Amino acid sequence: MENNADMVTIYVMGKKHMVPGNLTIMKAMEYTGHQFRRGAGCRGGYCGACATIYRKKGSYKLEGALACQKIVEDGMYIAQIPFSPAEKKTYDLDEIKPDAATILEYYPEVSRCLACNTCTKACPQDIMVMDYVQASLRGDLEQAAKLSFDCISCGLCAVRCPAEIVPYNIGTLARRLYARYIDGPSQHVLDRVKEVEEGKFDEEIEVLKHMSRADLKIKYEQRDKVEE
Amino acid sequence: MSDYTSGYPEYMHESIRKVEETRSKRIGARFRSMTADEKEKILHDYHPDWKMDQKRALKVGSSKGQLMPHEVADIIEAHSMIKPGDIDLSKIDYDVDVLIIGAGGAGLSAAILANDNGIEPDNILIVQKLRLGDANSKMSQGGIQAADAPEDSPSIHYLDIIGGGHYENKPELVEALVKEGPDVIKWHEELGVQYDKLSDGTMLLISGGGTSRKRMHSCKDYTGMEITRVLMDEVINRKINYVEFTAAVEFIKDDMGQVAGVVLYDLDNDEYKVARAKSTILATGGFGRLHIQGYETTNHYGATGDGIIMAYRAGAHLIHLDSTQFHPTGSAYPEQIVGQLCTEKLRGRGAQPVNVDGELFVYPLETRDVEASALIRECYGRDKGIVTPSGMRGVWLDTPLIDIINGEGTIEREFAAMYRNHKKFNIDIRKEPMLVFPTLHYQNGGVEINVNCETGVPGLYAAGEVCGGVHGKNRLMGNSQLDLYVFGRRAGKAAAERAKTARIGKLTLKHLDDYEKMLKESDVVTDRKSPMILPEYRGEKTLEHQLKLL
Repeated sequence: MENNADMVTIYVMGKKHMVPGNLTIMKAMEYTGHQFRRGAGCRGGYCGACATIYRKKGSYKLEGALACQKIVEDGMYIAQIPFSPAEKKTYDLDEIKPDAATILEYYPEVSRCLACNTCTKACPQDIMVMDYVQASLRGDLEQAAKLSFDCISCGLCAVRCPAEIVPYNIGTLARRLYARYIDGPSQHVLDRVKEVEEGKFDEEIEVLKHMSRADLKIKYEQRDKVEE
Repeated sequence: MSDYTSGYPEYMHESIRKVEETRSKRIGARFRSMTADEKEKILHDYHPDWKMDQKRALKVGSSKGQLMPHEVADIIEAHSMIKPGDIDLSKIDYDVDVLIIGAGGAGLSAAILANDNGIEPDNILIVQKLRLGDANSKMSQGGIQAADAPEDSPSIHYLDIIGGGHYENKPELVEALVKEGPDVIKWHEELGVQYDKLSDGTMLLISGGGTSRKRMHSCKDYTGMEITRVLMDEVINRKINYVEFTAAVEFIKDDMGQVAGVVLYDLDNDEYKVARAKSTILATGGFGRLHIQGYETTNHYGATGDGIIMAYRAGAHLIHLDSTQFHPTGSAYPEQIVGQLCTEKLRGRGAQPVNVDGELFVYPLETRDVEASALIRECYGRDKGIVTPSGMRGVWLDTPLIDIINGEGTIEREFAAMYRNHKKFNIDIRKEPMLVFPTLHYQNGGVEINVNCETGVPGLYAAGEVCGGVHGKNRLMGNSQLDLYVFGRRAGKAAAERAKTARIGKLTLKHLDDYEKMLKESDVVTDRKSPMILPEYRGEKTLEHQLKLL
């Protein structure tokens, strides 16, 4: 299929290229002959490998995007930031408590938050980043976990934060603490694990494993189904 | 549509209106599920697996004669990218007990379990072609199956899997999968994975194609992303070694015939490196980026099937590679996201596939192969599809039903990714349907393993999508996520146990010479080299891919 879209001018790391205007930044860069090593991942907005900053001609504003999600615009200056040299603290989840003190112990810089909202503006996922940073600081881990949930750790918030906070690592810590200690395990899961360990299903499965294909087929076709 | 600017072109609006007009009548409507005979017929008539001219029998090696897509046979009937003389095996760059190739769900789980089973973090090494966690695992949206509901059981799960897989699955692998399912969920919760729950603390469970119970656990529509990032965090917390942008290209064996490590290619400086290990785990994932039959794919940039050919050259067996999974609902519009996944969970929550006239034409939760065939039939057999501006065909997936059935706000809450990725193109999936067509999704077959993830080649273990046998010839939704953790953990444990007593002999790449001889004897004449490592989308070649699809 030919691409009949109007051509636009983009500047990849300052170099001028003409590309079809309906391409994503990622496909536009490939169109210009670039083969990604760093800077491309899932290509579907799930992994954060292709964090990109851009500025439009005539504008002073730096904007953040995922190269696989953002369509090129005429006069776009593009630079990828495929890696952010952010500090990730290590901890043993079994040994820490779900509270503000834990957040402050591992990431004390969170208290430097200026509430300037630059992180939220930089987020290509439209997450309320500042709000979850503030929630973490207050020790409201449920709020922090829920607000940060859609984060793909692309790193754009961290490179833009004037207080040098790494929001996405704080989000990860908050979510793991919340899920482990506050939300906690589901009892029916624990019950079933115990039943499996006790061998409750061994005999049934042994029978199925040794059934002829014809018998299995009958059993499968006649099984009762719970409708959604 | 009236109070809202649609992202769909003007000419599609009439069809969208028909979808709206028929919507209320379709709520709660049951479309009969196909009989066994009907399923067999539609697969034969419409499923891409049944296009026999798109496959060939393998000419070389221990699985000679096995049918597989040309694109897969092409990387197998190919020369190694290295000549044994190029590599100095006396210079060891990395020397460890347990080496893990690939850092998706299976590789990360293996690393954690190797550590749990007595291997020190600095005696474990994960090598990864791209970044830690860059894998199809992270892109899984809809969920993970595990039979932990009171009205469900591992034996019912077993029956769903084996029927869905056309009775070709290896029974002992299915048994391991279903029995360990609940324990995997328990493990995830201990690690701090945030599953969707009801207000009483029980799991929110939904149906998937071919499941007879509500068994799908989810983390919104970011299920794989949530689990992967927790496992990554845990691997880093444990200080397990990993090296990124370093691709495995060939196994190294020793003079006793064991796999004893791997030749690596450093993507930053184009240098070969040598890693030696007592146990090696292959967890490189699938082959979507081979674009079987020219199909677009849901897969990660790195999914080029490298592990299949590496393992085959080292002597492993292959199984079920004649069958490939096409996900029924890939995006068909807009052009920028063609081929990307529209999760099966959408249908699990009530979205229906409907044709150009707004008619429901298939039971929405048939197994994936049958559902995909029904979509292809609607577009190409019955000419009831919608043609996109680029000439592709698709059918509607009527998503507004989800909020109507489950209450307003459900889409934003449970389908944040789907909603976000379409909103960018002015398509509000709460109000308008999505346009979808099947897309290449999963490698059903692969390297053959036993329940301990042994490949038959001493020292070599495999887990995850690179393997075959677990899902037979058709995988059910949510079972690949489960597969990663069940078999990733088993591989990590088994590899750790072996490493405690294994002795490595003199390193050699003689098996590459032997493979080269086999190619010659089988009259394979080609200049192809493999593994592929990175797919090619530069310039004209991008357009070629689009041409092949259409």
